[in-house]
Amino acid sequence: MSDASTTGPMRAADGTLLKVSLARALRRQKLRALMLIMPLLAFVLIGFVLPIGQMLMRSVENDIVQDTLPLTIEALQEWDSTSNESPPEAVFTALAIDLQAALESKSHTILGRRLNFEYSGITTLFRKAGRDVEDWNVETDGPFRVRFEEIDEEWIDPTMWRAILAYSGRYTAGYYLAAIDKTMVSGQIENRPKNESLHLMLFGRTAWVSILICFCTLLLGYPIAFLLSNLKARHSNLLLILVLLPFWTSLLVRTSAWKVLLQEQGVINDIMVGIGILADDNRFQMINNKLGVVIAMTHILLPFMILPLYSVMKTIPPTYVRAAKSLGATDWTAFWRVYFPQSIPGIGAGAILVFILSVGYYITPELVGGPTGSFISNRIAYQWSGAGNWGLVGALGAILLVAVLILYWVYDKIVGIDNVKLG
Amino acid sequence: MALPSYASTGQKIWHYSYLTTCGLIFFFLIFPIMVIIPLAFNAQDFFTFTPEMLRLDPAGYSLKHFDDFFNNPDWYRPLQNSLKIAPVATIVSVSLGTLAAIGLSQSHVPYRRVIMAILISPMIVPLIISAAGMYFFYSSIGLQGTYWGVVLAHAILGIPFVIITVTATLVGFDKSLTRAAANMGAGPVRTFFKVQMPLILPGVISGGLFAFITSFDEVVVVIFVGSVGQKTLPWQMFTGLREQISPTILAAATVLVTISILLLITVELLRRRSERMRGMSQG
Repeated sequence: MSDASTTGPMRAADGTLLKVSLARALRRQKLRALMLIMPLLAFVLIGFVLPIGQMLMRSVENDIVQDTLPLTIEALQEWDSTSNESPPEAVFTALAIDLQAALESKSHTILGRRLNFEYSGITTLFRKAGRDVEDWNVETDGPFRVRFEEIDEEWIDPTMWRAILAYSGRYTAGYYLAAIDKTMVSGQIENRPKNESLHLMLFGRTAWVSILICFCTLLLGYPIAFLLSNLKARHSNLLLILVLLPFWTSLLVRTSAWKVLLQEQGVINDIMVGIGILADDNRFQMINNKLGVVIAMTHILLPFMILPLYSVMKTIPPTYVRAAKSLGATDWTAFWRVYFPQSIPGIGAGAILVFILSVGYYITPELVGGPTGSFISNRIAYQWSGAGNWGLVGALGAILLVAVLILYWVYDKIVGIDNVKLG
Repeated sequence: MALPSYASTGQKIWHYSYLTTCGLIFFFLIFPIMVIIPLAFNAQDFFTFTPEMLRLDPAGYSLKHFDDFFNNPDWYRPLQNSLKIAPVATIVSVSLGTLAAIGLSQSHVPYRRVIMAILISPMIVPLIISAAGMYFFYSSIGLQGTYWGVVLAHAILGIPFVIITVTATLVGFDKSLTRAAANMGAGPVRTFFKVQMPLILPGVISGGLFAFITSFDEVVVVIFVGSVGQKTLPWQMFTGLREQISPTILAAATVLVTISILLLITVELLRRRSERMRGMSQG
């Protein structure tokens, strides 16, 4: 029975080793899959991941100081920054040369703006000096220390020079310090003055209000998901549409609806005045504060809690609860000890999803939050459009992004991103 | 959910109060959306029900806000812009997204988890961060403030939805069908269009509708990446809500709600069709 071809290693039809042939087929299959994914992956990497990475780099980049004042910074290294004396003459000579070069490209105003984020008033100082330095002859017009002092007394203030020195590196931790309400203008890390410290408070508020929203969506979502999963498919599909309609409705529509409902002359206040619970001159303030944000965002994010809960609850077999009851458990015990533990994965999935989405919200807090209901996103938008402090945008964004990505990773671990359901 | 006939009074009370609670929660979900529809027909420039409206007096109702919405360039131009941007963004994300979803659902994909995480990330990353990042990048390559800049940005935001819905459809896809097609001599392209595509089409279309509504509803990124020339309807509503709140917003909202209801019904019908085709429907 036996011949040579069956005792040797297995071969494919074309005579190559079967192992080799299979490995080749597998490799080809992998390659084909990657070829299909590649266009999209490249698109997302270039159009999305790279831009965000670049923006985050802005949070540590600080070339402007070195590029505009190269000689000054070099001369400053000789100065003892702990002393209470202004820097030596050499620094001012270097500053005059640097400023004349900077005047050509107008970069001294950009530098002034950069340093002004850390030390207020420095913009004016640079702008004023720029006007005078233009006419100086750097070779002959010295000594410059006195001449700078003539322009403004502050030029010989060691505090200001300490600030310039502290923020002179090509890379700086300054924006991150600013993002957690610290500063290093004096060379040491210290707290910012109270009236400038609101980032930590905003991070805290964003997290706290998001937890509150998570809790509210869970409180309202659990009974609904329970109801949906215990109804006949025909009925539950119908009710599911009621859950999905808000999900499909424009965010702005829902936010404007809440604005209409909650405002002082709005529908809810009108009803309460109408049935006599409230006096007309004592209307309830429900908007432009935290309450407004919690109500509107609970409504907006509720479907994101109900859908994961529902998809987990659908898979819980009703027999366990029945078994518990037949063994003598009361309705409550059967629910709490048997049903509820099985629904915890759904609670975890829904809560993380709602929390992730909520901490990044911008539109709703902007429109119904007012000063006491705004989130960290609103501050980022303000730093971007109002103050133009792009490094700080990067630093605040990085902190928020790291928090979100950690939660995303946790979500992937316990739920799996493939299991996200959209109705 | 029905109560057994032997239920005690306590159980009955509990059961009916539970159902009432659910009713109230559904009311909370739907009421805010529905309440703006009648308000959009207000004859006055108020955001609340006037006594005439409550008396159902025809004089209390009018179409003037809709008239303003469709005839005032402040409103119809943004609507046109939205309608120009959203479909193109949808086409980009659906075509690339469907291909990638097919690739991802093959049995041997190296780094599948990482790739999936990257492709879904536009949905997870806070919009303000995406918007600021895209602003700087698109400025540096000259796309900031252009039509294509906004289209590409919106396409990226729509991708996670396409990936999620299409991969979900592919989970139930019977691989032996493509093998059978190949067996009978069809090439990969022909197999795709004649066998696979018709079966996953419902998923592709609902992914596309998700991508469409994402773009159609998006404010933050378009404010950063676009300029006044690309002002979309949600952007106009956002400025309107922040600055001078005009009742035309309610007309705009009513139009958008109507669109969402139509889209929702379409998606729901597609989902049922897809389940029926895969023999998963229970009733």
